[in-house]
Amino acid sequence: MADFNGTVGIGSKRLVVGAHYGIGGFLAQRITAIVLTAYVLLIAVRMIGMELSYDNWAGMFAPVWMKVVSLVAILALMYHAWVGVRDIWMDYIKPLWLRLSLQTLTALWLLACAVWSVQILWRV
Amino acid sequence: MSMSTAASATRKSRPEFRNIHVTQIVSYRLPAAGIVSILHRISGAVLFLVLPFLLWLLDLSLTSEISFERLRGVVAGPIVKLILLGLIWALLHHLIAGIRYLFLDLHIGLDPAPSRASALAVFAVSVPLTVLAGLRLFGVF
Repeated sequence: MADFNGTVGIGSKRLVVGAHYGIGGFLAQRITAIVLTAYVLLIAVRMIGMELSYDNWAGMFAPVWMKVVSLVAILALMYHAWVGVRDIWMDYIKPLWLRLSLQTLTALWLLACAVWSVQILWRV
Repeated sequence: MSMSTAASATRKSRPEFRNIHVTQIVSYRLPAAGIVSILHRISGAVLFLVLPFLLWLLDLSLTSEISFERLRGVVAGPIVKLILLGLIWALLHHLIAGIRYLFLDLHIGLDPAPSRASALAVFAVSVPLTVLAGLRLFGVF
C-alpha cells in the first residue's frame, strides 16, 4: 500500500486515514444499502392505509421484533453513512490532520446518533 | 539520461487534462448519469447532516401523544414542510439512484445506452414520487 508520496506504508509512513481495510467497506456499503432499502419498504408497506394517529404510528414500533429490526436498520444506516461520508472526506480533504479530525468527528457523531436512537426506540 | 529527456520532450507536447476547476462547474455539461451521481453524493451528505433533526422528529413522533401533537404543530408550518419535502426528495433520489448502482455493480446496464436510460429512469421515478409526497404533505389529498 502506498501513501500520497508513493512510498510503502510502514512505521512512520503508515497511513492513518483512508479505506486501507480494502474491499470490506465497499461490500458493507452495498449490503447495508440492501438492508436499508428493505427497511424503507417495510415501513412504507405497513403505512399503507394507516390513519396517522399516535396509537397507530407508535403501535407499529411497539412489538419487540420491530424494535430489533429498526435497530438493525439504524446500525446499518450508521455503517452505510460512515463509508459514504469517509469517501467524501477522502475525495475533497487533502491535509492529513483535517481529514483525520473530520473522520473522527464523523464516527463519534454517528455513534452518538445510534445511541440516541436506541433510547428513542425503547421508550415506545 | 537520453531516454528521460526524450520522455520529458514528449510530455511537453502532449495536451494536459486537469480536473475541472470549481469555477467551471456551472458551465460544465454533465451527462444524465453524472447528474444522478453528484446528486447521489449531495443527497447522501445532506441526509447525514440532518440525521439529528430526523431523530428528533422520530423522538417527537414516538414519545407520547402530547409530543406527537407537538410534532403535528412543528410540521404544520410551510417552511418546515418545504424542508421536509427537500429531505423526502433527498431520500428518494439517494435510494433509487443507489438501486441503480447496485445493478451497475453487478455489471448490468453498463453500456452507454442502457446506462443513460437507467439514469433518466431514476429521475422519472424519484421526481413524481417527490411530487406525490409534496401533494400529501401540503394536504391536497
